[in-house]
Amino acid sequence: MSKAVSRTLSVLIVLFHLIPFYLLVNLSFKPSNDTSSKWLPPHTIYGGNFKNAWVNAHIDRALMSNLIVTISSVALVVLLGAFASYPLARHRTRWNNFVYGLSISCLIVPALTILVPLYKFVVDIGGMNHYWATILIQVTFSLPLTIFLLTGFMGTVPKELDEAGLIDGCSRYAIFFRIILPLLKPIVATIIIVIGVQVWNDYQFSVFFLQKPQVNTIPVALSMFISQFSNNINWVAAGCLIGMLPLTVLYLFLQKYFIKGMADGAIKG
Amino acid sequence: MQSAQPLPQNNRRPAKPPSWIRKFFQSPTALNLMYVPALLLFGVFILYPLAKGIRISFTNWDGYSQQSTWAGLKKYSLMFHDKKIATTVKNTLIYGLGSTLLQNLFGLAYALFLDRNIRGKGLIRTVVYLPVIISPLIMGYIFYFFFQYDGGALNDIMIWLGKEPLDWLSNGPRAVNIITLVNTFQYMGIAMIIYLGGLQSIPKDYYEAAQIDGASWGSQFRNITWPMLAPAITVNIVINIIGGLKLFDVIVAMTNGGPGYASQSLSTMMYNLYFARQDAGYAAALGNLMFVIILIISMAALIMLRRKELRL
Repeated sequence: MSKAVSRTLSVLIVLFHLIPFYLLVNLSFKPSNDTSSKWLPPHTIYGGNFKNAWVNAHIDRALMSNLIVTISSVALVVLLGAFASYPLARHRTRWNNFVYGLSISCLIVPALTILVPLYKFVVDIGGMNHYWATILIQVTFSLPLTIFLLTGFMGTVPKELDEAGLIDGCSRYAIFFRIILPLLKPIVATIIIVIGVQVWNDYQFSVFFLQKPQVNTIPVALSMFISQFSNNINWVAAGCLIGMLPLTVLYLFLQKYFIKGMADGAIKG
Repeated sequence: MQSAQPLPQNNRRPAKPPSWIRKFFQSPTALNLMYVPALLLFGVFILYPLAKGIRISFTNWDGYSQQSTWAGLKKYSLMFHDKKIATTVKNTLIYGLGSTLLQNLFGLAYALFLDRNIRGKGLIRTVVYLPVIISPLIMGYIFYFFFQYDGGALNDIMIWLGKEPLDWLSNGPRAVNIITLVNTFQYMGIAMIIYLGGLQSIPKDYYEAAQIDGASWGSQFRNITWPMLAPAITVNIVINIIGGLKLFDVIVAMTNGGPGYASQSLSTMMYNLYFARQDAGYAAALGNLMFVIILIISMAALIMLRRKELRL
């Protein structure tokens, strides 16, 4: 492949993959009466779509919901995952290997297949439209991958560290909190990214368990907004752009971690 | 590691727990208490519903009332005779296997291209990977603008080319293919990154040795690159199959399962049966079918690929 060919190919690839985003940005800056082709840039740049989308989709409220659900879920999953992984990695009895196997096999249970009984259960325990139920469910379905990644990582931490701690009179819990936990930073970063993106973008759980407008997360709020204003495509575009902005900005700044973290999560998962 | 504490001045020292309790908490077995919260969550939110779902699938439960009547195997026999369900299963397989094939094909092609250390490699990677972090629902809406009939971006091109505009999403099989393509577009970045990692872990001397022996590019690819990529292929196929079979958000955003039931997947169909048709027993039966399908396909893929890897 000559240099010119590969350079042209690179440019074409980048342009091709930017098409949807170009269309989205383009549409969201066009006033509603500008019905020219979606490919053509707006005659005048119009910011009103963003204001209308922000107000009518209640993005501010949805953003709060998203932050609450995502931050609590990620914090809990890291904490509970680290707790669970320590005995599983360090105290490998036959029983614990069974527990580990059980946790990992939960990885292949697709959440949607148990939707009906899960929905009934959440209604029965009074968790409908409450953050805590959604958070606990997000945590439950993120735990298998988290335990898998953390147990694998703890296995690479030399056991001599634990023994040194024991000799120095540390309790087993002190070893966990003071020696093991601080060493987990790289894998915890991966987990935060993988699970964080997943929970932030989640639609399937939120649409079932957070149906009241007051607790809608961004994807649900957007879908409601879009079904209500589907004829005003410029508002819809602006809403979508606002919805994807937070993670996109984070991604552009931290893309090294995002790409590596998500690939690591996938490979080891 | 405890530092020496000054002895308390008063005599009301907190009573120490009996020594056997302290001994228990110091034993390695007590550490197992640390995974109890996780196990509780699995039990409550996965295993219990899983068992309950099997029970519900044998009833006529409507999804909200307190009573339900026993239906036996009726829902299952209904399911196996329902033409709509047959379409739904077929669509789910196309979503799952079709996007797996395409994501791996394009992911590998892009990775091979990027592995040549071309200029702008970082930019390509950033752009191709960007959709991965975007909500699939939003991605679906964006592509709806692209494929919609009235003023859709693709139809503008058709008109410029002097062709008749098409209602792309109004034809069931075509809508299924388009949704598969959208899913591929969104997640091919993951396959690309994993293949790129796999390619970069192949020692360069292998290729040098092959070149000295006069091996062609094709023969190098067949004999070095392909076998060395085996682990990456396994990972990609398994994660893409599982992701594709579960497809939900994109379908909701682009066609909502329509026209009619023509682009439903098992997951959207289940949602529909439960909330729109209020046939929770049927929805639960469908959920169990989906569980079995995903389990069989992903296990089969895993076992087949593992075996292949061992042989190499």
